[in-house]
Amino acid sequence: MLVQLSARGPDSAGVAFYREPAPVGSTKLSLRSAAAGTAWDGLAAECQQVFGNPVTYAVRASHAILTIASEAEPVETWLALHHPELTVMSAGSVIEIYKQAGHPQQLIDRFALAELDGSHALGHTRMATESRVTTDHSHPFSTGLDLCLVHNGSLSNHNRLRAMLRREGIQFLTDCDSEVAAGYLTWRMREGATLEQALDGCLEDLDGFFTFAVGTADGFAVLRDPIACKPAVMAETDDWVAMASEYRAIAGLPGAQDAVMWEPEPGRVYSWGVAGVL
Amino acid sequence: MASTDAISGLRFDLNQGSVRDLNQRLHQPGGGGPVLIANPGGRHAIAVGLDAPWKVEIDGHVGYYCAGMNQQASVRVRGNCGVGVAENMMSGVVNVDGSASQAAGATARGGMLVINGDASARCGISLKGADIVVRGSVGHMSAFMAQRGALVVCGDAGEALGDSLYEARLYVRGSVGSLGADCVEKDVRAEHLEQLRGLLAAAGVDDADPLEFRRFGSARQLYNFHVDNLGAY
Repeated sequence: MLVQLSARGPDSAGVAFYREPAPVGSTKLSLRSAAAGTAWDGLAAECQQVFGNPVTYAVRASHAILTIASEAEPVETWLALHHPELTVMSAGSVIEIYKQAGHPQQLIDRFALAELDGSHALGHTRMATESRVTTDHSHPFSTGLDLCLVHNGSLSNHNRLRAMLRREGIQFLTDCDSEVAAGYLTWRMREGATLEQALDGCLEDLDGFFTFAVGTADGFAVLRDPIACKPAVMAETDDWVAMASEYRAIAGLPGAQDAVMWEPEPGRVYSWGVAGVL
Repeated sequence: MASTDAISGLRFDLNQGSVRDLNQRLHQPGGGGPVLIANPGGRHAIAVGLDAPWKVEIDGHVGYYCAGMNQQASVRVRGNCGVGVAENMMSGVVNVDGSASQAAGATARGGMLVINGDASARCGISLKGADIVVRGSVGHMSAFMAQRGALVVCGDAGEALGDSLYEARLYVRGSVGSLGADCVEKDVRAEHLEQLRGLLAAAGVDDADPLEFRRFGSARQLYNFHVDNLGAY
């Protein structure tokens, strides 16, 4: 799907897979190392020493998925302190994020994504407009446990919003407007909003244009700005539901030709869960 | 990738050859006759810039700008369309079995666009003389700045219908989300019923009674319509 859409922008790509739930009481963390040849075994041993619980890890190119019998927050705090060379890209029980600057095909090949399966996935191919092309600027962005965001569009009030969110304790790695949207959702849900309420808040608080897709533990949500500047198409069959910027991305899925298709209406929050519509 | 059959005409498979090859073939002088396009796969710019009496059938969903700038040709899409189907059409007919995305028929100057499903936002934006018939509903800002031609909506119209309208005629059978600036409801007179009847018949719509439609047009109150502003430049 990403390669089909790479004509829209091929400078960076990323995916979030929802797969292989961690055991109850454990957390999966997607870690990215800036340094080549990271000793992931050493890190796992270190974590085990600190948190006193068995730690497993699976390496995929520059990333590793660390599963640790602990809540996410203490591990993230410890990592930030002791391993600043690592970036935590996602945390939760099922989410795994892989992303890098470069063409989507490179991502697929380097991370051998074809090997992965799962209940659902979210992907993004980027054409940077207002901020740099780096892996940190690439989508998806984590917005909390098992949550992540991809964005098509551009926000105009992201600087002011970022400053406000920083005061609220939300951390940002980049000057990318999309990361601010992710931070906004994180903040709203931290303050007690449901995902749906947080997305509704975007219509009020975000100035600019956007189509958002948000991955959740058991499904995904979609929101377009009220003017519908950016495209989105939905397709549904008895077996699957898919959303993309264009039908081209969906065309390769089995039975796509006969799927029920429609455009999500502007300014309306849509959400799906594995067990059906949420 | 193209094969020719004396009876069924040209056949193109877009899984075998490129859209550019297809369009170049259709642009060759002296064209016309039946063409079947297989496996469109949502590709963009299929059958654009035709200027010959082709009868094109596209077997599936298409991407952006399908049948753009069409002249003379009749193009049928057996599926849905992406953004800007039949944009800037000059003449001919474009018929969509499914639904169309944004800006269907944008700036079209002539010919007829028929959408049998729904059309989303900005349908008929800046319409300049073509006729558009939508069996379903249209999204917000449809017929924005439409100058000439007609937009017939058998379902509902979204917000801000006909904003900054000039002389195009809008007919809606269902509800209207809201009217855009300077767009007002107008009487349906005999001449309008006559026009509607003709448009519905031409579009093959036989389950909508012209008497069920309301008509909308320009109140002609915006800046451009004031005689005081004539000498301003």
